[in-house]
Amino acid sequence: MSFFRLFTILFALIVSFQPALASRIADTDLSSRIVALGAGGFDDLEKAIANLAASGDDRVPAVLDRLGNGELVVRKADGAVFFADKAGTDFRLTDPVTGSDAGLAPKATVEKVKVNNRIRRTIASAVGALTLISPDPAVRRAAAEAVMKSADAAAIPVLNQAIATETVADIRAMMMAARATALLASSASEADKVAAIAAIADLGSRDALGFLSGYTSTEGAVGDAARKAVAAIESRLMLWDIGQNLWYGLSLGSVLLLAAIGLAITFGVMGVINMAHGEMVMLGAYATFTVQEVIRTSWPGLFDYSLLIALPVAFLTAALAGILIERLVIRWLYGRPLETLLATWGVSLILQQTVRSIYGANNREVGNPSWMSGSFSVGDIQITWTRLWIILFAVAVFLALIAVLKRTRLGLEMRAVTQNRQMAAAVGIRTPLVDALTFGLGSGIAGLAGVALSQIDNVSPNLGRGYIIDSFMVVVFGGVGNLWGTLVGALTLGVANKVLEPYAGAVLGKIILLVAIILFIQKRPRGLFALKGRAVEA
Amino acid sequence: MSQIFDRRRMTLAAVLGALLASTMAGYAADDTIKVGVLHSLSGTMAISETTLKDTVLYLIDEQNKKGGVLGKKLEAVVVDPASNWPLFAEKARELISQDKVSVVFGCWTSVSRKSVLPVFKELNSILFYPVQYEGEESERNVFYTGAAPNQQAIPAVDYLMKEEGVQRWVLAGTDYVYPRTTNKILEAYLKAKGVAADDIMINYTPFGHSDWQSIVADIKKFGSAGKKTAVVSTINGDANVPFYKELASQGIKAEDIPVVAFSVGEEELAGIDTKPLVGHLAAWNYFESIDSEANAAFIDGWHKFIKNDKRTTNDPMEATYIGFNAWVKAVEAAGTTNTDTVIDTLVGTTVPNLSGGYATIMPNHHITKPVLIGEIQDNGQFDIVSKTAPVVGDEWSDYLEGSKDLISDWRKPLSCGNFNVVTGKCGGNS
Repeated sequence: MSFFRLFTILFALIVSFQPALASRIADTDLSSRIVALGAGGFDDLEKAIANLAASGDDRVPAVLDRLGNGELVVRKADGAVFFADKAGTDFRLTDPVTGSDAGLAPKATVEKVKVNNRIRRTIASAVGALTLISPDPAVRRAAAEAVMKSADAAAIPVLNQAIATETVADIRAMMMAARATALLASSASEADKVAAIAAIADLGSRDALGFLSGYTSTEGAVGDAARKAVAAIESRLMLWDIGQNLWYGLSLGSVLLLAAIGLAITFGVMGVINMAHGEMVMLGAYATFTVQEVIRTSWPGLFDYSLLIALPVAFLTAALAGILIERLVIRWLYGRPLETLLATWGVSLILQQTVRSIYGANNREVGNPSWMSGSFSVGDIQITWTRLWIILFAVAVFLALIAVLKRTRLGLEMRAVTQNRQMAAAVGIRTPLVDALTFGLGSGIAGLAGVALSQIDNVSPNLGRGYIIDSFMVVVFGGVGNLWGTLVGALTLGVANKVLEPYAGAVLGKIILLVAIILFIQKRPRGLFALKGRAVEA
Repeated sequence: MSQIFDRRRMTLAAVLGALLASTMAGYAADDTIKVGVLHSLSGTMAISETTLKDTVLYLIDEQNKKGGVLGKKLEAVVVDPASNWPLFAEKARELISQDKVSVVFGCWTSVSRKSVLPVFKELNSILFYPVQYEGEESERNVFYTGAAPNQQAIPAVDYLMKEEGVQRWVLAGTDYVYPRTTNKILEAYLKAKGVAADDIMINYTPFGHSDWQSIVADIKKFGSAGKKTAVVSTINGDANVPFYKELASQGIKAEDIPVVAFSVGEEELAGIDTKPLVGHLAAWNYFESIDSEANAAFIDGWHKFIKNDKRTTNDPMEATYIGFNAWVKAVEAAGTTNTDTVIDTLVGTTVPNLSGGYATIMPNHHITKPVLIGEIQDNGQFDIVSKTAPVVGDEWSDYLEGSKDLISDWRKPLSCGNFNVVTGKCGGNS
């Protein structure tokens, strides 16, 4: 990347000409450098970018930016290069040098300048070096990051300039680290390099580890320092890794809890083996998709609230489907678990195929609202907003369900019917209605799970299949008929799965877990929290 | 909302059409040539296979507009093996012995192909198999128009080595035969190229794996060893969406750790927001974004046939297109639909592909294909960044111990699918 050297000289010139506001080269010169961008393959393009960046012209970052976005085209007729904006099926061309409008061009008469990952990296480091003294701190931060990744010795003088004028502390630190990585790649003295290693090691992050690992096989003091620093960072990260695995486990546990909690009602409380439970989750996910689709076409401003709107819709859709299934199929089969199993399996196939016929077999895109996108870090644990919200949502659903069962009339009747059907009927509870409502509640909660799962899984007719086995596992393991058992069961399985996975791999980890559960059930057939008393024997 | 209803009406129409086609078969007169379509229209594989059923119907429709084949109209016989492997064999038998089809287009998964092989051998019929697969097979009755590993996986790895300077490799796949065989071939290939065993990480996940947090974190960790790292993904089907979502949410960009996938096409991307995925790669022999006249005509006709101009096209569709046209050309050249004659005539048949070149059926019943590498764009399409000259499908991999001495040549007098060049005998290693 010799362009850095060229560019650095120019940069030094620019800096020495301060306070001249903008630096420009002749339009014809810039234009010829830009035209070279459209002239050949990726190797030529890389050279052309270096040459363009070396001009130091303040119009260059914009050109490189558009190139990176794939908005630069070559006119086939004369090889001229333009900015292109889509205008229907045509492109509106703008001259990159003068910024003047160059008219509309049909798609067939122009060709996009292709970029790949390598070119995007080249662009990022070129733009980074050009924008290190930008007035915008966000731009400076991105620039420092890009320069750090390129680790180019030629960038040191530029970085020195930038560090001298930088006022924001953490951007300055990033620039120092960038300079340290560049120093390591340069022919600086050994003492300087050792100091640089210490500077990078201070970051303590995984990126720092990546840089330093490249130097562990070096001879002499540099290699020693690098090895020591790597060992220190690794032992520090190991602790964080444990935390990270626990977090993943918690997150998986919350997903399992959401999927299983509806089943804890229909299977756990009512004793119905409902193989169509996964399809209730799927219906919830498709309800979310439909709500988002309506919002997208009619009220795009409401998109951030789409999930909140989808919650009641999904609950009602799935609850209604559940009540229908209970009234039409399951109530004829109470007390016959094998027939219930087969009948609900059939219902699940019917539901899958129905959804496939209505929405098509392809995955549907459910978008993340802005407040659920992205991630933040706690130490070295990266926490994605989606996962955090799902955990909170799972807890909220769980607490709400407990409240319904313990505090409402419906909950009281439900518990009465499950504990002693005859006695409940005798005191005037309409048991068939309670059955239908209980089943509807369990299904509705599965629908709510569907809203959450649409954010992390694909919305396809097969969505429910993946969760049905895990859900049964959670309910059986936690103890049939006990909601708290479901909670503990889901979290235990989630954490155990994620702790095992790094050592045993995803496939073997799952097998180990299944075997462990089978052994556990042998020992305690009623699960973690067994119900006690006469109700159990009935 | 209106889009959904259109889709519903369309699907209904397609279902009715399929029903009609299959019931009509009973009354068909003898002046048609029957073409069997053996793709799952329900069950887990329906997501991929339904499109191929429509593609065959579309191709038949076009051919009939041109006057059919040998002066007769083509007639589709559509059956639904419902993603159920034993049912594939039953339905294949039904197509060949009851419906008397002259040729069958079908199968997606390798296990479904393996399950119908004995039927095609026993009843001597022709199967065109349009999906990329793991190789290690060459049968007289099957024509493989999808990619063998050397037409997809190896050129993709070469591209990453050359263009991206990748030195560390994660081979991530779903736990079944295609990823396992492909990864075995890739591992041997990488080691032959001087990659150390420490620099290769192999990871398998169950079908439909949905929680990718730890694996993506592992990949990130593996990638922070100071060497350029890339992921070669043979992850199948539905597991891809949560995988890419997790990559995006953990902030792994294509510039840092690129992922090259062999099973992710335009259809799979339809379910994801691709903005965070720009720059991740896929290797295929066809992309919808190919700029050629043949492709433009194909897409245009497809949109008209399916009455939806948002439907994407993909690689197995092109493979079906090539297979279908090669069969038509061979039947016309042979002047008959007799299985043995057509099989002999098919070898050497050359037809245009959709990327502006030609595909030739080779004596090993595989075809020549150019290998394209595409980068994902923010509109869900691929930008082609590399295209090779046509590559001959290599059925027996040169990088596997058990198969490097085998060749296949179905021309007389050899007529053998697993000829061992060391022992000089037909019959593999035995």
